[in-house]
Amino acid sequence: MISAQLRAPQAGTMQPRNAATAAATQHKFSPYAFNGGTVLAVAGEDFALVASDTRLSEGYSIHSRDSPKCYKLTDTTVIGCSGFHGDCLTLTKIIDARLKMYKHANNKSMTSGAIAAMLSTILYGRRFFPYYVYNIIGGLDEEGRGAVYSFDPVGSYQRDSYKAGGSASAMLQPLLDNQIGFKNMENVQQLPLTLEKAVQLVKDVFISAAERDVYTGDALKICIVTKEGIREEVLPLRKD
Amino acid sequence: MALQDVCGFIPFCQWNAPLLSSTSLEDTSCLPGRRFRPDPVSRSIWRSNTSSSPLEFYVPVQEYLLENPIEFGQDRPTVNLDWTNLTADDPLYHSSLTDSLRSPIPLSICPTVPLPFSLGHGTTTLGFVFQGGVIAAADSRSSCSGLVACPASQKILPVHSHLVGTTSGTSADCALWKRILARELRLYQLRYRRRLSTAGAAKLLSHMLHPFKGTELCVAATLCGWDGDEFQGGANETSASQSSIVTGTQPTTSHAVKDSTAQPVVASGTTVQPIVKLSKTQLNASNETSIPIMASNLSGPRLFYVCSDGCRLQGELFSVGSGSPYAYSILDGRIQWGLSVDEAISIAREAVYRATYRDAYSGNNVDLYHVTAKGWSRRKREDLKEEYYREKERERMRVEERRTGGKEKKSD
Repeated sequence: MISAQLRAPQAGTMQPRNAATAAATQHKFSPYAFNGGTVLAVAGEDFALVASDTRLSEGYSIHSRDSPKCYKLTDTTVIGCSGFHGDCLTLTKIIDARLKMYKHANNKSMTSGAIAAMLSTILYGRRFFPYYVYNIIGGLDEEGRGAVYSFDPVGSYQRDSYKAGGSASAMLQPLLDNQIGFKNMENVQQLPLTLEKAVQLVKDVFISAAERDVYTGDALKICIVTKEGIREEVLPLRKD
Repeated sequence: MALQDVCGFIPFCQWNAPLLSSTSLEDTSCLPGRRFRPDPVSRSIWRSNTSSSPLEFYVPVQEYLLENPIEFGQDRPTVNLDWTNLTADDPLYHSSLTDSLRSPIPLSICPTVPLPFSLGHGTTTLGFVFQGGVIAAADSRSSCSGLVACPASQKILPVHSHLVGTTSGTSADCALWKRILARELRLYQLRYRRRLSTAGAAKLLSHMLHPFKGTELCVAATLCGWDGDEFQGGANETSASQSSIVTGTQPTTSHAVKDSTAQPVVASGTTVQPIVKLSKTQLNASNETSIPIMASNLSGPRLFYVCSDGCRLQGELFSVGSGSPYAYSILDGRIQWGLSVDEAISIAREAVYRATYRDAYSGNNVDLYHVTAKGWSRRKREDLKEEYYREKERERMRVEERRTGGKEKKSD
């Protein structure tokens, strides 16, 4: 079955088939660009973490070292968006507007599950010209337990306990499967994940990702969602 | 005119009556396809019908945001054609090309700009009918071009209490269309006080997907359901023995269905459907001789395959996806009507396991749903990794036995 997978597009160029004419390339306008970045979310018993790096790149250039990809939606929900930065900005604006509309109409904030369902329909509304964004929502559900919802660019979603998205997702996801999900290990004691351990794990994981993925780096921003509210931590990563 | 080409803005004062009267776009404006792929000029035509003042200045900003700007500057011959001013005399007016451009139905897309991400396919789902109901089974691997995006996805989605659908194709499309189908079926149930049959649900889904034929939408679903409550009103008034004659496969129709759904038709006999009324009069008139023929056609387990190409087939065995050839080979050899429930479940499980064994794009877990007159029930999701190791162990034991058996023979 499908989800959409990231592949760095040659922003606007088409490779010719014949090697002899390798010098001639055709440039075409592409409405999409790939701005890099990695997002990660982990759900615990009574907390949720959403972490992202802060590098904004395009091709071989870095546009900004301080462009975090986590956006606070409500007091209990944070969304991380990576992919094409233009679509990330528009999408978060649309989500904010819909949240306000809901608040005014129903006199309460949207729950994490409701935001996830709404985002799915927003993304699918552009099924034939999708938002090139990989979203991960992290927050607390109605019972106060951590919830993570991961999306593909056209709106397919499901609830997980952890998920990595963005350019380094293929590197991080197996590591999370092993360390948080205790998958593919024999005779291991499955301890529940505490907040301190989760934060330390996320930091280690991003440091490793920055080593191996060129689009990830500069700084790490972690948003920690608990019933007391949302707290932020920043950690510098390698800048090269 | 430049503004019109750039952002699809059509000023009303230039509106041309002959074009309006001859197109039937306003009729098609209520198609669900419009919501998803609005076409600039057709929308403006629709809008002009409802406006009264010729001086009204309408800028379709909202539509521009939703419109596909990929078509801007594309190398298509008619993109700059000012065909809003076409009259019936113009030769292009009657051409099929402008007809297709005028259509609000989404056109078939060959994206001249390739999407930066790929939506791959790969799955194994199957469904079959037998005397104990319908079995639906699927793997749970969600992949896209080499990466397993989700090892634990749900490919069998319950639509309502007596209908489940397996999904294959783009997971977003399947999830959303199942949701839309569930909503439409619920509305039908509320309006007409009975559940829509599986055949009806398949037809509804097929018609909802039809406007998107030729686009990149990809849904291949098998709807597995049990139709049983059409005769609820009739069965209610007759004795239990008669209801057992109604269908041989569901002796407890009226009671079972009553428990599982809140059907107002159970309480009042006046809201009974025409079909059921006929059966009632027939029951009263004749001695239930004609009932079994009618009943067996309209209730019991049903299996339909619906595809976004427009295909809608009824059958007794379907398998969909990249792993389906492997599943078919297991199923064709063993499926018959008279299987017991346990046998059927184990065959379905085996089929999915064999398919995941050979097909790279299927794997992880197997989900199994069983639909009976009482509704659907879900078997616990099983990790096929364990099955693989069990089989390897069995194979090892067999080899061991053969070797030791051979040794004993030699020693004799």
